[in-house]
Amino acid sequence: MDNTTQRQVYGEMLVELGKENKNIVALEADLGKSTMSCLFGDAYPERYFQMGIAEQNMMSTAAGLSLTGKIPFVNSFAVFVSGRAYDQFRQTISIAKLNVKVCGSSSGLSDFGDGSTHQSIEDIAIMRAIPNVTVLAPVDAVETAKMVKAMVETSGPMYLRLNRNVLPVLTDPVTPYQIGKMYTIREGGDVVVFSHGVMVSRSLDAAKALEEKGISVKVVNVSTLKPLDREAIIAHTKGMKAVVVAEEHSVIGGLCSAVAEALRSELVPIEFVGIQDTFGTSAHSYEELLEKYNLTALNVQAAIEKLVAGK
Amino acid sequence: MTEKQTLGKLISTAKQVRRNIVELVGVGRAGHVGGSCSAADVITALYFSKAKFDPKNPKMADRDRILLSKGHAALCQYAALGELGIIDKSEFAKVKSLGAMLQGHPDMTKCPGIEANTGSLGQGLSIALGMALGLRLDGLSSKVYCITGDGELAEGQIWEAAMAAASYKADNLVAIVDRNRVQATSTVKDVLDSGDIADKFKAFGWETVEIDGHDMAAILEAFNQADTIKGKPFAIIADTVKGKGISFAEGKAAYHNGTLTQELYDQALAELQ
Repeated sequence: MDNTTQRQVYGEMLVELGKENKNIVALEADLGKSTMSCLFGDAYPERYFQMGIAEQNMMSTAAGLSLTGKIPFVNSFAVFVSGRAYDQFRQTISIAKLNVKVCGSSSGLSDFGDGSTHQSIEDIAIMRAIPNVTVLAPVDAVETAKMVKAMVETSGPMYLRLNRNVLPVLTDPVTPYQIGKMYTIREGGDVVVFSHGVMVSRSLDAAKALEEKGISVKVVNVSTLKPLDREAIIAHTKGMKAVVVAEEHSVIGGLCSAVAEALRSELVPIEFVGIQDTFGTSAHSYEELLEKYNLTALNVQAAIEKLVAGK
Repeated sequence: MTEKQTLGKLISTAKQVRRNIVELVGVGRAGHVGGSCSAADVITALYFSKAKFDPKNPKMADRDRILLSKGHAALCQYAALGELGIIDKSEFAKVKSLGAMLQGHPDMTKCPGIEANTGSLGQGLSIALGMALGLRLDGLSSKVYCITGDGELAEGQIWEAAMAAASYKADNLVAIVDRNRVQATSTVKDVLDSGDIADKFKAFGWETVEIDGHDMAAILEAFNQADTIKGKPFAIIADTVKGKGISFAEGKAAYHNGTLTQELYDQALAELQ
């Protein structure tokens, strides 16, 4: 899975799971070739509902489908499913804990060319604020596959945040996956970095670089953002000099906020590496954007060094 | 299964449903009396005659679904569910109180017989479409009946659903527009003129009929007509009177979510005998 995307694996998993589980259906708002829900549509056209460019109707239609026992996967870009169809997801699906799975594709800055209207910097904040909703953000394609399977096996409203681009594979197919658990990617004793998505690999690069400087950094992949395992966050923090949270999302309302909330009773310095309350913009490459918004390994490294130096 | 009531019985049941609505509104606390009473005949026709529905088994898989997109008219549905024995009428007095089964807007997690949480307007028709598609996928012949308001048609999502339902040829979906012509603050015409509703649904690919929404025979006829339509969703534009049956409330926006004094409460019940 080294050269594949989360969205490709997501589409393939839906097809695989849909073979056995006839209750799985998918809805799309004309972005199927990007979200890769098109794979499900090719395999099971009768269970694929192309709803046109009408995300609000798509979300409420998914609610209705779930009320007849189906497991609907709702597909569009993260910015549209969390924004355009927010009220529909809140009112009917989340309040009644309907079994609707919302896939926010091309999340964060990963749709680099399309600019601020198509990039999502606040989707986690929105979804995390809604009661009853599970919020998931896989670190790589391998974890995506496990996650999609777990989503089908677990009832309730869920939001899955997927990246558009090829990301490094950091997990293995064998390790069991569980919604709600966080996974240590690298052990360390001085500083712990909590992260999700693309920023986990950046944090790992930072940890490797800092090893040479004598700073031991633990990296934790928090792929379940809600419910957040507060006890695990505290446990990972015990004995550490500092905590860094790194995410491709606004520093308001995402994992940065969630970790700060979890550590509100702990006396430990925390720094955030995230998008500083600003919208995205167009760029020719994803890397360019990550650099512009200070979301690189060097940024994570600088945050760690600053905390360790006590500055 | 609900025993299908005769026309005469349905007319008297509708009166009882309206009395239940008044009881639910109670004295001295606000309640959506206007839009509940306007929809009372349609709701009665569905629950007590037309719909495939078993009060002893309200979750029966092949039941017809009855859904209020105009969730604020929940009192009308509670009134019918109470009459059917699905909910105990002792719940009426506790409506909207802390921890009540009967919430201000329909809540399926608290109240049996409620098919979906609605209240944010304009969403019910889409939910109904999803149900219709799901039921069709399962090979069930069940129908989905969705009641919308006319003020509610200002919500764009209604027309997204209208377009999608026609595109999917959802002939197991029936929309009933409770056209009482009055919304929360004024008449629909004054607030935002919705124009010719039947023409709009037709233009979106629906079969439509316009009826007197208080004429029980006409309501049943329209529902039977819906059964004959193939390949298209069906919209019944039901002309109704807001607050129907309660003289002082009829046609008045003030009773969209109005409060009854003891005197008006007694008068309302007396008029509905």
